[in-house]
Amino acid sequence: MEVVISIAIGVMASAGVWLVLRPRTFQVLIGLSLLSYAVNLFIFSVGSLAVNREPIVQPGLAADLATYSDPLPQSLVLTAIVIGFATTALFLVVLLALRGLSGGDHVDGQEEQL
Amino acid sequence: MNHLIVAPILLPLATAALMLLLGEGRRGLKAGFNLLSTAAGLAIAVALLLGVAGREAPAAFGVYLPGNWPVPFGIVLVADRLSALMAVLTGCVGLASLLFALARWQHAGAYFHVLFQLQLMGLYGAFLTADLFNLFVFFEVLLAASYGLLLHGGGGARVRAGLHYIAVNLVASLLFLIGVAVLYGVTGTLNMADIAQKLPAVPASDRGLLHAGAAILAIAFLAKAGLWPLNFWLPQAYAAASAPAAAVFAILTKVGVYAVLRLWTLCFPADAGASAGFGGGVLVWGGIVTLAFGALGMLASQQLARLAGYSVIASSGTLVATIGFAAPALSGGALFYLASSTLAGCAMFLLVELLERARQVEVGPQQIDDGQHALPAFLDAEPPAGTNLDDNEEALTGRAIPAALAFLGVAFTLSAMVTSGLPPLSGFVAKLAMLTALLERHGAAAWALFGLIILSGLFAAIALMRVGIRHFWTTQDRPSPRLRVIETLPIAGLLAAAVALVLQGEVVLGYTRATAESLQAPGLYIDAVMGARPVARSAP
Repeated sequence: MEVVISIAIGVMASAGVWLVLRPRTFQVLIGLSLLSYAVNLFIFSVGSLAVNREPIVQPGLAADLATYSDPLPQSLVLTAIVIGFATTALFLVVLLALRGLSGGDHVDGQEEQL
Repeated sequence: MNHLIVAPILLPLATAALMLLLGEGRRGLKAGFNLLSTAAGLAIAVALLLGVAGREAPAAFGVYLPGNWPVPFGIVLVADRLSALMAVLTGCVGLASLLFALARWQHAGAYFHVLFQLQLMGLYGAFLTADLFNLFVFFEVLLAASYGLLLHGGGGARVRAGLHYIAVNLVASLLFLIGVAVLYGVTGTLNMADIAQKLPAVPASDRGLLHAGAAILAIAFLAKAGLWPLNFWLPQAYAAASAPAAAVFAILTKVGVYAVLRLWTLCFPADAGASAGFGGGVLVWGGIVTLAFGALGMLASQQLARLAGYSVIASSGTLVATIGFAAPALSGGALFYLASSTLAGCAMFLLVELLERARQVEVGPQQIDDGQHALPAFLDAEPPAGTNLDDNEEALTGRAIPAALAFLGVAFTLSAMVTSGLPPLSGFVAKLAMLTALLERHGAAAWALFGLIILSGLFAAIALMRVGIRHFWTTQDRPSPRLRVIETLPIAGLLAAAVALVLQGEVVLGYTRATAESLQAPGLYIDAVMGARPVARSAP
């Protein structure tokens, strides 16, 4: 499972970085979304990757990560998702405003002069 | 009594919520609420500062547990000397910008006052929190508000600069999250004091991961502080922002500097074992390069707004470089410089608009209709009867300097003197304190910084003098700009604060030195935070 998760994070992060560096605003937006998915998965994996383990200490069992799943990264991911969603929406609005003002979708508001 | 620590965060939040309920109209009422809340925030910050100034540890640390959870588990707010100093600066900058905005800018958008209060809430929260993830949340609050404030007023230039600003800050926020997650993975806690306490015990196998996490976190902070090469967005964004927004942004870069100063001194002090002073060289040399970049940028700028942006970069560079030396005497001077340069930067951004307005008077009609609130112009007054007239029928005794132009000239000169560090104003005292401390250090970095601090002052003086000549000397028959009294008040207040910093220089320097010394001894901070106990519930 660790391999699958790390490959997923790596693919999304590299695709995200490539898209963020592109000159079109929509590509940058998608890149930022992909990057934030990668980061959210990364935070999630920092806790402990486990199947069928409850995020709460069971009575009678030692409070050790071997017997329960750390709930804190999950709550951090929730917060990060909410904040990332809101800021991405804001970025989308600015993107549309720039498109309306400049008539194009280049991040600098005008095409490059070659 | 301790509840005062949470007040600077709750007050703007409650005010912003209340103003949202008022809807889009009722500007006057909202402006009143905003002014009241901002002034009260400044008063609370001053009270916090007086509460920690001159006290010995543990009384110098005000610790507050918002959720009343035991310490490493719940969020902790800490008001120590550094936090209180930053909070007071936030209050000053906020009040000045708001007063300036009351004249004109508040009418440019429906939610200016709400955004302004949320901006203050994010700033106060970032300076007061002692929890790493909570710091992220307050960073996002202040950034989200700053996105709105940057776009305030609209227009193509603002939207374009805003898009770049938002993209850069979103990426930096993602780096922030990665850094926080790695630090949490290594230490198992998010409380800053608890992290610092657990760092020496991190096994050698995890130390690489720890350093990687700390470095990624630092990149996020340094991008916000405007360290070269992470600062190319800054001059455009600050030049495009409306004057009151840019004036508030003068303290936004200082948030990044504050976060580096707080976390670096806390986590990597000299006695941290294998991690002692990790990354100090990067901070020093990064700061030096940034200072050089900022100084050259000031010299190359044609517009005053961009020049002010580069001066913000130069002051960030100076601060980051001095942090890396980890010397209390140097940091003490640097904190004085932080206060002085924040006030001067704020005044400069406010002046930019007034100077631009003075220039536009030539080409267009007066844009503002402000009637009785304007300063007297004296301009087209007929010479009194009986005055000696020359060949061209002009009075030989000369005209009175228009009050508005005189005010602009004096204010510009004073803020240029503070920015470039000329005596006798506060910039000079700050630079002198830093240079004196640098003389005691040896090595290439100390000498490079020593030379650059002097050289950057010269560059700043040349660049600002050029702007001053262009705006005040070369134009003979320019009609005087019309200023409202409420626009001149905040500038006069900020410059008066810079003068007060000099007059009370010994007291302020004593305070900043005590701040620097307590930063270099993080054990006191850790003990104060870890020793805090929840309030016991009284028996029913």
